[in-house]
Amino acid sequence: MAATTGPNTVSAGRYVGQAVKRLEDPRLLSGHGRYVDDVQLPGMLHVAFVRSSVARGTIVSIDTAAALALPGVHAVYTGADLNPRVGMFWHTMMGPPPELGGQTPYAPLTPLAGDDVRFVGDPIAVVIADNRYIAEDAADLVEVEIDAQQAIVGWETALDTDQRVHPGMASNVGQEMPATEVPEVEALFAGAPHVFTRRFAQCRATNVPMEPRGIIVHFDQYAGDMQIWAATQSASEWKATASRLTGVAEHRVKVVANDVGGGFGQKMMMTRDEAAVVMAAHLFGEAPIKWTEDRRESLMTANQGREEICDVTFAVTDDGVLLGAKVVFWEDIGAYPSAASSIAGMAGAVFPGPYKFPVVLPSGSTLYTNTVGKAAYRGPWMIETVAREQMMDHIAYELGIDPIEIRRRNVIHADDLPYTTCTTMVYESVTPSETMEQALEMLDVAAFRAMQAEAREQGRLLGMGVSIYIEPSAVAFGILSSDQAIMRMDNSGKVIVAMSTGNHGQSLETTIPQIVAEHLGCNIEDVLLVQGNTESSPTGPGTGGSRSAVVAGGAAMTAALKLKDKIVQIAAHMLEASPDDMEVNESVVSVKGTPAKALPFAMIAPIAYQMPEMLPQGMEMGLEVTARFQPAGQYTWSNATHVCTVEIDPETGMTKILRYIVSEDCGRMVNPMVVEGQIAGGVVQGIGGVLFENMIYDDDGNPLCTTFLDYLIPTAPEVPDIEVGHIETLAPGLTGFKGMGEGGAIAAPPCVANAIHDALRHLGIHPTTFPLGPSQVLQLLNDAKG
Amino acid sequence: MSDETVVQFTVNGRSRRVVVEPRKLLSDVLREDLHLTGTHVGCEHGACGACTVMVDGAAVRSCLMFAVQAAGSEVVTVEGVTPTDGTLNTFQQAMQDCHGLQCGFCTPGFVVSMTSYLADNPAPTDDDLKIALSGNLCRCTGYRGIINAARTAAGLPVPANAADGSDH
Repeated sequence: MAATTGPNTVSAGRYVGQAVKRLEDPRLLSGHGRYVDDVQLPGMLHVAFVRSSVARGTIVSIDTAAALALPGVHAVYTGADLNPRVGMFWHTMMGPPPELGGQTPYAPLTPLAGDDVRFVGDPIAVVIADNRYIAEDAADLVEVEIDAQQAIVGWETALDTDQRVHPGMASNVGQEMPATEVPEVEALFAGAPHVFTRRFAQCRATNVPMEPRGIIVHFDQYAGDMQIWAATQSASEWKATASRLTGVAEHRVKVVANDVGGGFGQKMMMTRDEAAVVMAAHLFGEAPIKWTEDRRESLMTANQGREEICDVTFAVTDDGVLLGAKVVFWEDIGAYPSAASSIAGMAGAVFPGPYKFPVVLPSGSTLYTNTVGKAAYRGPWMIETVAREQMMDHIAYELGIDPIEIRRRNVIHADDLPYTTCTTMVYESVTPSETMEQALEMLDVAAFRAMQAEAREQGRLLGMGVSIYIEPSAVAFGILSSDQAIMRMDNSGKVIVAMSTGNHGQSLETTIPQIVAEHLGCNIEDVLLVQGNTESSPTGPGTGGSRSAVVAGGAAMTAALKLKDKIVQIAAHMLEASPDDMEVNESVVSVKGTPAKALPFAMIAPIAYQMPEMLPQGMEMGLEVTARFQPAGQYTWSNATHVCTVEIDPETGMTKILRYIVSEDCGRMVNPMVVEGQIAGGVVQGIGGVLFENMIYDDDGNPLCTTFLDYLIPTAPEVPDIEVGHIETLAPGLTGFKGMGEGGAIAAPPCVANAIHDALRHLGIHPTTFPLGPSQVLQLLNDAKG
Repeated sequence: MSDETVVQFTVNGRSRRVVVEPRKLLSDVLREDLHLTGTHVGCEHGACGACTVMVDGAAVRSCLMFAVQAAGSEVVTVEGVTPTDGTLNTFQQAMQDCHGLQCGFCTPGFVVSMTSYLADNPAPTDDDLKIALSGNLCRCTGYRGIINAARTAAGLPVPANAADGSDH
């Protein structure tokens, strides 16, 4: 196991803190997982979409006759068939749109295109056929005539043009957080020894879950019930959305999500395509229909992330001490973003991150364009860390200060805690300074600098980068504020815990039982997590926002303690001892110091269900408890420092990562193996976003990366061995857990960019824009040569 | 459309007979007609490797092959490389030990590819392994656990700085 150090290093329990092997692995490794496309139902039919081949235009006509005439085709529905039947289309997390009394400025959402198309891939019609092959044949036979217009591509175009992505809207601005003019801040900037401004940009990337989207919907028009099987991060949310869409009462909608093959935010909310399948099934009413997205559809139409610009202005002293920052965010949100609200509010709030900024003034705008919509993608607000951490290096070089030293002069130390940032975020238990020092020690900076200098004399380009961040984990507002555990011990003394979580790779089938077994005092094999079924699991937000370990884990722990309390009371009553004198180990309750006086869970449970006369007076029969957990704060802060070294090939422009080091503090670790797995996965997505991934549109709005041969995600030979150090400081509250699912993807991009910057800065190259793939780096090298 | 054709082949050691359209992909026939849903379809253009199966001993992309092309062949899927006694094979076990999977969707492709590769190449170098893994895409793990699993299964050293799973 990796090094674990820190002022409050937590001792591992029997399960919590142990690298317990995953309980879900044997079925997944042997090909016996059950993903949505694995579900086959009697009489099930298959869906294919007719999609727009142009980014912007008016639909002149749609002719479905030839498609309908094809044997095996059951129905072809267009926007005219489905859109008017929609009740409401909004998401619980963001609340209803203004016209329904809410505040979220949704794009005008219809499942299918209406009078016009707004991006390449815009769904125009749904074909239902015997199988996918026939459905695709029929989709090809649907004749769609579109009067194409010039697409609005790029946020600056969207800002300048008098044309509208959504006809009828006053502008292409989706949401705006206006800049505030504060005279004191203006004076501060005017009088500051140094003021530096940079524009940082990151290219569009996309989530790429290896399992694309998929949904099966069966509306039984005779019973009035709708059943859905879906690849979703939140079965509960999809139940609510399907009900709002169709008007089927919510308690008559059942959603099942079995195994889900990744999401990274893309499967958090039901998108238009899935809504179209729900509406089509509701209208069709005869049989279950299945839509399985293919990869081309996924890359072309599943919502994407990251295309953001950040203009930053820092005021600093001669010594590099931060005096203040102004930050402007620009987001290209495409035509139909699934995360309708801007990230600017959150990005601005967390912009100070690990540093002691006296003032930060954020503002921002989102721009609609004729491209696929924006999704939440692992750390959706992370442009703040991308910009801030690169800016720290730019300032350091401007002032002639080492990037490590400038961080030391500004970073929050242990003796600053509790620390309230200038944006009113309160840190009680974070270790940005400690993680930075641990990561730098793991690297051995002096040895690297010597190697770098020697290499440079040979014309080789080596560099190192650092980035620090504080992660607003366990996002807790609105529906995200809490989670519930419904825990039942059955007659045999085994435990079922039902939760709203939507595991899609997070290892919750292992970590939740670890928490339950630890705090109930049973064996982990005796605990089963049930989730992804709205009939057995509680209402909740699903899995996302780095919150399941903290919020769901807190609910599981609370329920386990409640259940244990009842079991102990029954055992104490039967053994004629005080509950205070009892202890629980390996599913046996015994009197402390008298191990012979003991009762196993397997004997206590039948008494609770079958022998009321043996229970303490007045005790309710049964062994069922519920617990709902709400963390104390809107965020539970975790933190980390990333350090990497790179070598750039001056001939090809290719960057090779030599070492990649993460020192992180996610509080009390439930499972260090899972923690490191989340870090590695996030880091490699972050590396991909700088070196490989770039979702490009041409000027006409055509997506140019619709296969894995054009949209490149990292493969095994391109990733370094990721070295991880841990510092464990307990989160405030019951569990001590901090979330950490997104951090790897947040800190890695600026870390890699800073290393590239370090490798090239002696040539006068100061990059600010992603991607930094071979062609971009070669361009920078050629430009520098003049 | 096209007429259906009889395809007879051996799948995971059992003789199977299906009647399918000639255009139907091997991956779809395995999943839909034979209900072997462990073979996953991740891209349908031969790039991600999730659908990898063995045909006559060679690892192939079942999404790039029509089922009729497998007539008379021996096909082995992820279900077929798994021991029948409830245990896992060497690479599968190493994947669990090294946390080589998260969502599990790409996993069957890695299992079949590496089971096949390690059978043919019992003494690879570290670089050989990474190249052998390069035909399969994973989006969750960052490959850290997968590379360490391959190293473990091949008897190569694993970096000390990695939390390994333990039994309980």
